[in-house]
Amino acid sequence: MQDKINQRTDYRAPFLLRRLQEDPRSQGMALISPTFFYLIVFMILPLVLVVILSLLTRGPYGNVVYRLNLQNYSRLMDSLYLRILWYSLEVAALTSVFTILIGYPLAYYIARAPRNQRSLLLFLILVPFWTNFIIRIYAWIMILRTQGLLNTLLLNLGIIKIPLEMLYTPTAVLIGMVYEFLPFMVLPLYTSLEKIENAQMEAAADLGARPWQVFLRVTFPLSIPGMIAGSILVFIPAMGMFVVPDLMGGAKTILVGNLIRNQFLTARDWPFGSAASMLLLVLTLVVTLLYTRKAGFGEELLV
Amino acid sequence: MPQYAVELLDVVKRFPNPGGGEITAVDHVTLRILHGEFFSLLGPSGCGKTTTLRMIAGFEWPTSGEVRIKGQVMGRIPPYLRPANTVFQSYALFQHMSVAQNVAFGLEMEHVPKAEIDHRVGEALDMVQLSGLGKRMPRQLSGGQQQRVALARALVKRPAVLLLDEPLGALDLKLRKEMQLELKALQEQVGITFIYVTHDQGEALTMSDRIAVMSKGKALQIGAPVEVYERPNCRFVADFIGETNFLSGRVISLEGDQAVVYVEQLKKEVVGLRQGELRNGQDAVVSIRPEKIRLAENAPLNLNCFPAKIVTSAYIGSDTRLIVELGNGLRMNVWEQNKISTLEPSVYYLDGQERWVVLFPENTLILPME
Repeated sequence: MQDKINQRTDYRAPFLLRRLQEDPRSQGMALISPTFFYLIVFMILPLVLVVILSLLTRGPYGNVVYRLNLQNYSRLMDSLYLRILWYSLEVAALTSVFTILIGYPLAYYIARAPRNQRSLLLFLILVPFWTNFIIRIYAWIMILRTQGLLNTLLLNLGIIKIPLEMLYTPTAVLIGMVYEFLPFMVLPLYTSLEKIENAQMEAAADLGARPWQVFLRVTFPLSIPGMIAGSILVFIPAMGMFVVPDLMGGAKTILVGNLIRNQFLTARDWPFGSAASMLLLVLTLVVTLLYTRKAGFGEELLV
Repeated sequence: MPQYAVELLDVVKRFPNPGGGEITAVDHVTLRILHGEFFSLLGPSGCGKTTTLRMIAGFEWPTSGEVRIKGQVMGRIPPYLRPANTVFQSYALFQHMSVAQNVAFGLEMEHVPKAEIDHRVGEALDMVQLSGLGKRMPRQLSGGQQQRVALARALVKRPAVLLLDEPLGALDLKLRKEMQLELKALQEQVGITFIYVTHDQGEALTMSDRIAVMSKGKALQIGAPVEVYERPNCRFVADFIGETNFLSGRVISLEGDQAVVYVEQLKKEVVGLRQGELRNGQDAVVSIRPEKIRLAENAPLNLNCFPAKIVTSAYIGSDTRLIVELGNGLRMNVWEQNKISTLEPSVYYLDGQERWVVLFPENTLILPME
């Protein structure tokens, strides 16, 4: 017995292992290394590549010439591109607003439904998203086009005399975007609404608040974190969206997402596309930061 | 001024059962609560006490019967128009508002002028000893402090009736005892009628002017603490409040306020005070509290005395708690107060000692079986 203990104390681990055993700092490093590695490979490295690319020059045949060049960024300051950027901001903001307007009553209804029905209702929200995105967008095209379902219905009902032009308009793009991003708003909103204790609303009523006052003073403020989380989840991808404007916006509507995609795939100007991507990234970051600062951090995002 | 602060007249509340059919939560309850009274609804969980409270607050409407506050029929008047405020079991403080905003909420709903709100909020916080904590958020407070905020928030409205739904349930024992006395003092100070729901009989006895003991939706007995403890009208009340010994038997004679019961297990008669509805030949229980049983070396009466052997005795300081066996496996709890200070061992009981158990008829109750 005593021999064994002596043997133990004689044993000395190899250097690295010993440091790991004794030094809490090394232990911390070892623990975060998987995450660190993941971030390096999947975020930092690609980002650095894009930054470098954005500072290079397009060659005459669409290749990349390794010559430092800041013109990609100065070109972005052209009013044409600024207008696209501004318009993208507008569309992404409007998408967030409309997903709130449509998603809030939906999330409220689900959160107030009997407990055993809630998961079914949430499930129903998600079911359409098992179908491919492109197919669902084509379904909307079928509904909105000139000889589409909606026009046929309205014509047959005699509400309109000539078909409405709905497809290939900014409105069509907004409809598509709102449709696509609605669940990203409903789910965090539902989470924050569902967490509000029934007793809180009863307490408000008990203290003299009418139903609308209960909503304005208690329910709504308590659901703001969910709304912020939802807005971020909708706004960020909406800023980069290009499929919906491509398919439903026709040639008229171009968003920054389309611009970037066109630079890479059509114009073969990778440096300029990268510069536009960087601008999009910074802009999204700034807007999101301003928004969360203003309205408090959306803790729901972390749940 | 109407005679009663709150009246419940033959109130019934049924809920649809998810499995089909209906559950009767409150079953023909009639209560008349006086102005300024501290009234407790006491019973085990599921007895209907919280539903009763919620019908007074207006969160539930009676299936039949009538609720009146200050003589006014409540009918389907919503909670926000009733002169009653509630302290919730979970406190239900508004998490996004500071303590002062929580307390001010009810006054803002009444459109009280800003200066008066500030004044009254300060007063209310002083009253619950939370002065200076107005700017804190609820989650920065301890459970006891949150409880006080809930109290201040309801009291600041100066309601005719304050409804309290197990407000001390989430606090630890020591704090609960402190708050019981404080609540009672506060109630006497503000003079508001308190209706207090609890399952803790000690709490109800300590604070209440009157108690309604509820079981299975019915108010079995309504009376002052001393009445429900000393003169319970049925087996459930005797059992639920305090400790008691039961002997089952059959009524063999009734005379004046006394009844004689033949207890099969003892093969003897027991005489006691009759309570509730009793008929000759009916099954009944003899109920006697452990502290009211006398142990004696010789039988002092010619009735209600039974030879017994001490099974165990536990000295717990103020009392000695004994279990005695009267034969046939029939055991009783006996508590004796240690009124004499001595180290003399012969004064204390020993296991296996033989004594007479004496049930004085005036301390013994005969109750209907159920």
